[in-house]
Amino acid sequence: MMKKILKMLATAALGLGLLAGPAMASGGAQKNAPDHDYSFEGPFGTFDRAQLQRGWEVFRQVCSSCHSLKYLRFRNLAEPGGPEFTIEQAKAFAAEYEVQDGPNDEGEMFTRPARLSDAFPSPYPNEQAAKAANNGALPPDLSLIVKAREGWYYPWYISPFIKLVKGNGGAEYVRALISGYEEPPHGEEKEGLNYNPYFPGHWIAMPPPLAGEDVEYLDGTPNTVEQEATDVAAFLAWVSMPKMEERKKIGFMALLYLLVFALLMFMVKHAIWSNVKH
Amino acid sequence: MSGHASYEFKNPVVRWIEERLPIFSTIRAQAVDFPTPRNLNYWWTFGGIAATMLVVQILTGIVLVMHYTPHVSMAFDSVEHIMRDVNYGWLLRWLHANGASFFFIAVYIHIFRGLYYGSYKAPREVLWMIGVLIFIAMMATAFMGYVLPWGQMSYWGAVVITNLFSAFPIIGETIVQWLWGGFSVGNPTLQRFFSLHYLLPFVLAALVFLHIWALHVVGNNNPDGIDVKSEEDTLPFHPYYTMKDLYAILVFFLVYLGFVFYSPWYLGHSINFAPANPLSTPAHIVPEWYFLPQYAMLRAIPDKLGGVLVMFSSLIILLFLPWLDTSKVRSNRYRPLGKIFFWLFVITCLTLGIAGSQPAEGAWLTVARIATAFYFAYFLVILPLLGKIERPKPMPASITEAVLSRH
Repeated sequence: MMKKILKMLATAALGLGLLAGPAMASGGAQKNAPDHDYSFEGPFGTFDRAQLQRGWEVFRQVCSSCHSLKYLRFRNLAEPGGPEFTIEQAKAFAAEYEVQDGPNDEGEMFTRPARLSDAFPSPYPNEQAAKAANNGALPPDLSLIVKAREGWYYPWYISPFIKLVKGNGGAEYVRALISGYEEPPHGEEKEGLNYNPYFPGHWIAMPPPLAGEDVEYLDGTPNTVEQEATDVAAFLAWVSMPKMEERKKIGFMALLYLLVFALLMFMVKHAIWSNVKH
Repeated sequence: MSGHASYEFKNPVVRWIEERLPIFSTIRAQAVDFPTPRNLNYWWTFGGIAATMLVVQILTGIVLVMHYTPHVSMAFDSVEHIMRDVNYGWLLRWLHANGASFFFIAVYIHIFRGLYYGSYKAPREVLWMIGVLIFIAMMATAFMGYVLPWGQMSYWGAVVITNLFSAFPIIGETIVQWLWGGFSVGNPTLQRFFSLHYLLPFVLAALVFLHIWALHVVGNNNPDGIDVKSEEDTLPFHPYYTMKDLYAILVFFLVYLGFVFYSPWYLGHSINFAPANPLSTPAHIVPEWYFLPQYAMLRAIPDKLGGVLVMFSSLIILLFLPWLDTSKVRSNRYRPLGKIFFWLFVITCLTLGIAGSQPAEGAWLTVARIATAFYFAYFLVILPLLGKIERPKPMPASITEAVLSRH
């Protein structure tokens, strides 16, 4: 019922937004990301474990060659509410990476295979190295990227309602950005930049990261550009909000409790005031 | 809050304490028997709701401080540590961040209720003025709190707002450097904001105590705006208003927690999930929603110093309201013109809020200027004149008569 009402509101809001479309098309406005029905949307939405596991493969085999994920620890991969790999799988993933540790008893820094408690290692030793390797552009850390970006831009009188129902569209933005590169209009070219209608200003330093068949999906899901983009955006959404499932679960109990409490208090209040004209 | 009634207590320990510090009779007189007008509506519950939000903010804030690190290179990381590693840290953080917004929602409703029913008029001038000080103190507290996560909007908000003080001639630059503790917004700025963000809520709590004290000296105003004349006009605070307030608080919490659990960053800015970067200015620097009307007034004035003065005046002018409104009638229920202008004033404030969220250019700038002019005209022209020319509706003789005539 609730979901139906929300859907109707969203549709109505979108309709109004579309009417206002032409007004915002002028100027180099960002293109709205296409909506995608992610499993983690809505008050009862949860992450799709298989999708997060596929997204993790895309991230570590493609994105991680330039982007860090500094707030993700390997243990998170095995925690409830995420991709829920087994502890053994998470340990095995960690062991594939070398991290610096030390100093040891001789005062020397050394490297060792990563453990569950380690953060996902950055591909570059520091910001300057990252910029030097990428034409002066810094590949941002992706730990919070889904919360830090927005997918849709509607006029002020409709935007608050759309965002209330559909969220900020961060996952849709990431999905659209990495799978939505286009030929620049009028054959324009910019040195070291690529045309992408979803990026603010439309010119982005990152070359198209996905070509299709970039990773092999063990569960038989077709590894098209769109599917890989959808999966890695879902994975990054989980990294941005690792406690989402716990939050919604506790929220449901808390609100239910409050609702019953409030109804009881209404009856108490009503009974106390029933003999007084006010 | 001296107890006016004398109470007999049976328990000898209570009696022994009571003779040395009359705390039990005071509680009894002020929190239980306190005579409260019988006709208060639900708009009167927002004072208690606001006080509850202050308590929520202080409690969640104290625990957050146990895990937060006020340093430019660690603040953002420590907030993520709270979100990811601290048990229920995400819950504390979202209760606190959304708590600020809902504290403002409660206080704004509380202020507009006071405006509509003339709660600032004699003999409640001091009660009202303490309320204005609470409002200003909580704005300062909220502003400094928003800086602490040290995201992009935290940093650039701090840069824009502290820079306002440079508009003052001669001493401006000195003031700004004194606020920063250096030559730019940096670590000393963050650390002093943290210190003051922890201190000011306790100042707020003290002001709230004075606010309630003043309330208990003069008694509640009420929707009919007429004085309490006899005992039948009132009800004891407990259980009538304790239970009604509790019910209202629970309904308010349903909405508040709805945001905490299902849209926790809806009221914030996405860009604040990117760490502060002094080298990259966000496309639009916008304050939190509760500062948007003041922000619109600041930007409506073409002159920087003028804008700063207008913005601060929009708050200071509230202190003079009890003397600017010349009408003898408190409640807008009996003021046909006052009612119309009150709602125009509400629309003006909402319009300023929307204008504040938009880039200050083109039509929005014109709208903000007209709305700013009306904001000040309401206090400086309309309210002083209205009292002279308005013919109020006939008033009931007493609260009881007003109540019974409606049944």
